[in-house]
Amino acid sequence: MSQTNKSEVLMVAKDLTRRFGGLVANRDVSVTIERGKIHVLLGPNGAGKSTCINMLSGDLPPSEGTIHFMGRDITGLTAAQRSRVGIGRSYQRTNIFPQFTVLENVRLAAQSRNQQPWRIFSKAMEQEWALEKARACIEEAGLGKRVDWLSGVLSHGEQRQLEIAMVLATDAQVLLLDEPLAGMGSEESAKMVELLKRLRATRGILLVEHDMDAVFAVADVITVMVNGEMLECGPPEQIKNSVAVQQAYLGTEESFHV
Amino acid sequence: MNAQVSLILKLAVLAVLACVPLTGESFYVEVVSKMLVMAIFAMSLDLLVGFTGLVSLGHAAYFGIAAYAAALLSPKYDAASLWFLFPASVGLAALAALVIGLFVLRTKGIYFIMVTLAFAQMAYFVFHDTPVGGGSDGIYLNVKPSAAIGGWEPFDLGNEHHQYYFILAILVLVYLFLARVLKSPFGRALVGIKSNEHRMQSMGYLTFRYKLGAFTLAGALGGVAGFLYAVMFGFVTPELLSWHESGNVLLMVILGGMGNLVGAAVGAFAFEGMRGVFEGWTEHWQLLMGSVIVAVVLFLPGGLSSLPGRLRRALQGGDDK
Repeated sequence: MSQTNKSEVLMVAKDLTRRFGGLVANRDVSVTIERGKIHVLLGPNGAGKSTCINMLSGDLPPSEGTIHFMGRDITGLTAAQRSRVGIGRSYQRTNIFPQFTVLENVRLAAQSRNQQPWRIFSKAMEQEWALEKARACIEEAGLGKRVDWLSGVLSHGEQRQLEIAMVLATDAQVLLLDEPLAGMGSEESAKMVELLKRLRATRGILLVEHDMDAVFAVADVITVMVNGEMLECGPPEQIKNSVAVQQAYLGTEESFHV
Repeated sequence: MNAQVSLILKLAVLAVLACVPLTGESFYVEVVSKMLVMAIFAMSLDLLVGFTGLVSLGHAAYFGIAAYAAALLSPKYDAASLWFLFPASVGLAALAALVIGLFVLRTKGIYFIMVTLAFAQMAYFVFHDTPVGGGSDGIYLNVKPSAAIGGWEPFDLGNEHHQYYFILAILVLVYLFLARVLKSPFGRALVGIKSNEHRMQSMGYLTFRYKLGAFTLAGALGGVAGFLYAVMFGFVTPELLSWHESGNVLLMVILGGMGNLVGAAVGAFAFEGMRGVFEGWTEHWQLLMGSVIVAVVLFLPGGLSSLPGRLRRALQGGDDK
């Protein structure tokens, strides 16, 4: 499916388990993210998808298991440290700086790659490299016409695009995207799907998503989770035809229209 | 356009302030001097409260530590050099803020407020209950520091007018410094932390370091105000570090409008001005003061500095909303 011939493993999570007291939110979940591929985490509410993406991004430490990024063990790194090695994440609930312009949101993201906090007398708005990168990422995410808008007044779909622009501005090799299509209209969704396909070419993407049409339109690999465990992992055709998946998940959902 | 108007306004206010000594009224010079010092203090706190989102209820500690340092480091019957005493006092305040910041910045929200208060109270009792600073009676700074460099004395702090212009110059410098810092990548990151710290972290910012930088800087500038206060009055008491003072400076920032340097300065002037007026009217002046502050919080959420914008919008016919 993917357009690129570079198939390179970027991130490997092995046997991740996360307990909250007596509750096991994730048990032995393993995920591999490759450059040029979109890996979708699928599952009903409460299946543990958010816990899983939180462990990958460093927002939540795993109770057991390991995470490697480009061969390096990053299990113990915080979210900020993981961002610095090249793992970017967007959130399920829009997570931007609503009082800032679109440009400033993304410029701050770009600035994070070369922080120099001690240079308190240089002007942020004179750091051309950060501005240029921010503008390029805004363009890439399809928000070129909104550069100077206050991000808080953007439509929901545009705010999701902005989140992606921010992740891109951090030079992330791996994009962890938590329901980027949530709450979007069909037109906005279609645009986002196109964007995801474009981004896949040079990066590895992990997607948590509910929208079945979108999932099967973009997925190269699908992992189905149920009750905190992996039920099945494979290409979309395999998942579509899996009896176990249909029984455990798709059969019980109200709609499965493919 | 708007920036020009704002610049002209600021210069006009500065010109008025520069004219105060020309009245020849010693009383006014002293009152306004104190307002200038408190304006520096309020701006330093605004860096934390208004720009970084850290509500400190212990900011008087750094003011007081620098004030005590100025008194304790001065020879008893001789003038210390201003060029030593000033940086040394401010440096000690900054050091205290750095060390305290290492602890308090591990907490958030209401806990941060309480822990900053707790550390400030500890500092208060160090000066109140131990002999280092003369105990609860405080300590005198008998001779004002000398500005002499070699044989040349550019100004004399013993001269009331010289002292006034010195404080005014420091206020302008602190304002320009903070305005510049806020435009830097560091300053932009602080505002980002205020807006959404979690997002800053997920973009790779080690926010603790930024907050520690801001806390130390705010402590140092609070120390600048404390030093000037000690030099001005020549007398330092533990009350300078008390939680009343921490609360007052927080009220100044709220009164003027958080996240606005000029607002913080305006808040300090308004607070000190009201105190002066109400104290003259009644011994229950705090009741009046409290009422005004409640009214401002209720009816002017952006503080006094939001007044011009509100007026303009009202005059333009209220097409906002």
